[in-house]
Amino acid sequence: MLRLEKRPVPSKAWTIATPILAVLATMVAGGIMFAVLGNDPVAAIRTIFWDPLFSEQFAAFSRPQLLVKAGPLILIAIGLSLGFRAGIWNIGAEGQYIMGAIAGAAVGLAFYPASGWYVFPLMVIAGAVGGFLWAMIPAILRTRFNTNEILVSLLLVYVAEHILSAMSFGLLRNPEGHGFPGSRSFNELEATANPELIANSGMHWGVVAAFIAVIYAYVLLTRHLIGYQITLAGQSPRAARFGGVNPNALVVLCFAFAGVLAGAAGLFEVTGPAKQLTENFGQGYGYTAIIVAFLGRLHPIGILLAGLLMALTYIGGDLAQLMLGLPAPAIQAFQGMLLFFLLAMDVLSNFRIRLKKSEAA
Amino acid sequence: MTDRLLTIDGLTKAYPGVTANDKVSFGIDAGEVHALLGENGAGKSTLVKMIYGLVRPDAGAMTLMGNAFAPPEPRVARAAGVAMVFQHFSLFEALTVAENITLGMENPPKHRELSDRITKVSHDYGLPLDPERLVGDLSAGERQRVEIIRCLLQDPKLLIMDEPTSVLTPQEVEVLFHTLRQLSSEGTAILYISHKLEEIRDICDSATILRHGVVVDTCNPREKSARELAEMMVGSALHQPLRDAPELGNVVLELKELSVPSATQFGTSLKSVNMTVRAGEILGIGGVAGNGQDELLAALSGETPSTPDTVTFDGSNIGNLGPNARRELGILAAPEERLGHAAAPDMSLTENALLTGAIRKNLVKKGFVNWGATRAFAKQVIADFDVRTPGARTAARALSGGNLQKFVIGREVLQDPRVLVVNQPTWGVDASAAAQIRQSLMDLAAKGAAVIVISQDLDELMEVSDNFCALNEGHLTRPHPAKGLSVEEIGLMLGGMEEQETAHA
Repeated sequence: MLRLEKRPVPSKAWTIATPILAVLATMVAGGIMFAVLGNDPVAAIRTIFWDPLFSEQFAAFSRPQLLVKAGPLILIAIGLSLGFRAGIWNIGAEGQYIMGAIAGAAVGLAFYPASGWYVFPLMVIAGAVGGFLWAMIPAILRTRFNTNEILVSLLLVYVAEHILSAMSFGLLRNPEGHGFPGSRSFNELEATANPELIANSGMHWGVVAAFIAVIYAYVLLTRHLIGYQITLAGQSPRAARFGGVNPNALVVLCFAFAGVLAGAAGLFEVTGPAKQLTENFGQGYGYTAIIVAFLGRLHPIGILLAGLLMALTYIGGDLAQLMLGLPAPAIQAFQGMLLFFLLAMDVLSNFRIRLKKSEAA
Repeated sequence: MTDRLLTIDGLTKAYPGVTANDKVSFGIDAGEVHALLGENGAGKSTLVKMIYGLVRPDAGAMTLMGNAFAPPEPRVARAAGVAMVFQHFSLFEALTVAENITLGMENPPKHRELSDRITKVSHDYGLPLDPERLVGDLSAGERQRVEIIRCLLQDPKLLIMDEPTSVLTPQEVEVLFHTLRQLSSEGTAILYISHKLEEIRDICDSATILRHGVVVDTCNPREKSARELAEMMVGSALHQPLRDAPELGNVVLELKELSVPSATQFGTSLKSVNMTVRAGEILGIGGVAGNGQDELLAALSGETPSTPDTVTFDGSNIGNLGPNARRELGILAAPEERLGHAAAPDMSLTENALLTGAIRKNLVKKGFVNWGATRAFAKQVIADFDVRTPGARTAARALSGGNLQKFVIGREVLQDPRVLVVNQPTWGVDASAAAQIRQSLMDLAAKGAAVIVISQDLDELMEVSDNFCALNEGHLTRPHPAKGLSVEEIGLMLGGMEEQETAHA
């Protein structure tokens, strides 16, 4: 019989090896599922993992998509991961992302048709502030009235979605849009556009911001006292208070980080890949980022890789539906398998498996 | 008596990197009180866990009443007549005594019947206990009775007790020993684990001494002095703490009418506590667990701030300051709970050195942690306090209790405190490490620091303190010079007498 024994110290080697093992296990299990569905498992796996990046036919279109999709996921997930490390459960990043997009878009539209260099930076700041303010609602309710931040932050997503629809149908609607919902297109004016910076790379300012956020988060967590306090408060709240950490200040700080990054991600998305503010510009990145944060083990480098992997399975999944006619639920099941194996294999870094000898009881 | 109850033959259990038990063999007769002696990390806990079915041995065999005995889980061990009272109680505070006991039973009887049995057993063995009381309202001694009665209801052949007296007043210890002697005379064998050598000499018929997982000796503890036993355990001559009569300086820290409401339902509020400590003084604070010790430490460390004028340091009001502001002034603390309060379990020793050392050791510059200096500080603590660990990278939870405690105390002592508050500084720590910790506290006082030692170990308090006071239900008694206090006087100060009378009624 198999038995799990807790390791005295988590294994470094397994922490690195588990994601690789998980991807391999997903390929095997997913391959079996595809075979049962009557598809060639090798072709299906190749279409999901290989073709989006290297196929001559599709890579030109799908390779840039990798960064386009991964950028906002990483940016939001980095902000969330700080709170999650501290045991502060902000699951309303989607709302902060939407409010950031609205605030940033509103500033851009207010300057329309100005063409100064300063317009886009102001929009980014407005986006960050929008996300920040939306995040402060659950943070302050939690610190002042001890409400549950999980519920408040989640429910505020629905409020934000309604504000978004009101804005795209009303106040921010394109006056020259013949009554269609949605704002003016931001990429028409250079001052408000968030263009592809290198041709066919998918790289826009939001992706740049995501990479910078990864680096800053890494430095914050490994070198800065605040990063230490965040990790400490999450692992051992009582020791953190003993060590002089103010738990309320930490709640506000972590929500602030998450709100700023999610808000900025919203602005980058609405001015870049989405081009205009519409009811459904968001792609649900704020929710998916929660998965990315945990998939990346709440570690900045892990989140970077997890964001890219998540983006790849989405792009590859679309491609497999299109090219091989795989049903969408099968693709979703495949993505679910990947998450399942990644989290299940995590056991290996904290526990060792022992074969239990058969003994006469 | 000569009926061999349990024979242990060559039990071996290895964990990664350490052999906890190496071919351990000994025997226990029916009705015998057998002591298991050893330093922390000597393998006592692993051994009893194997007997109780919590851990399976790698090799070796046990024989219980002539039959091979290899319990795969505690249920089997219990069915075979082995019961255990753990050092840490597993009781639910919000449930009554009877409900708690029901939870541990395979086939619980009807409530009425169980209550009657609890009352009968508690009466028969002189352990007064009302089955309908909430466990949250019980003292530590009474909670232990719940655990013991839970075991006695199974009619055990062998009762294992892990450090049973660490939470008891002297009077409660007497009650417990009376019960154990009665059990023994009825033929129940008792395997008794303790660091307290005088106790072992008092109650045990024989002793097996473990050192580094190996049986080094078996003896009759009554024929040995406590010092001889300690030296067998440690394997070398024991270092006795030394202390010169101190000259006390000015008042450093003063509490005036400090009242702190309890943070939790089952905590204890501090009620109008007055206290002064002088430079060079060691103030011992005794008391049975749960009488406000944690709350007092939190009020002193700054974790629970109060109104400014209730705490004064060098004459200035500091009651409103938090932990780090107090550290800056030189008021340091080492809480009782090592894992999760004094140290973060999953963090390395280096990271844990930063936890309290950041300010006085200048480990943070402009918000950035100087990890090099932090590591050096951790290594200094490890070297100066003889912390046995592979290195500063090791996670705190991988250290044995005694070693982590040395680290926690060392971390504060090496920061040159003006006031050091420690709660249970040697709890669960082996004799030689405990002596070392006490010596370091005395050295600190000799250098002019004021030291407040909160402890339930009265021998320890008598050994180190200049003045002694006791916490009872959140009240602090007036201090008495520790020299010349009798055990009876201390017992009365701790106030453990009345509750037994009321429980009887």
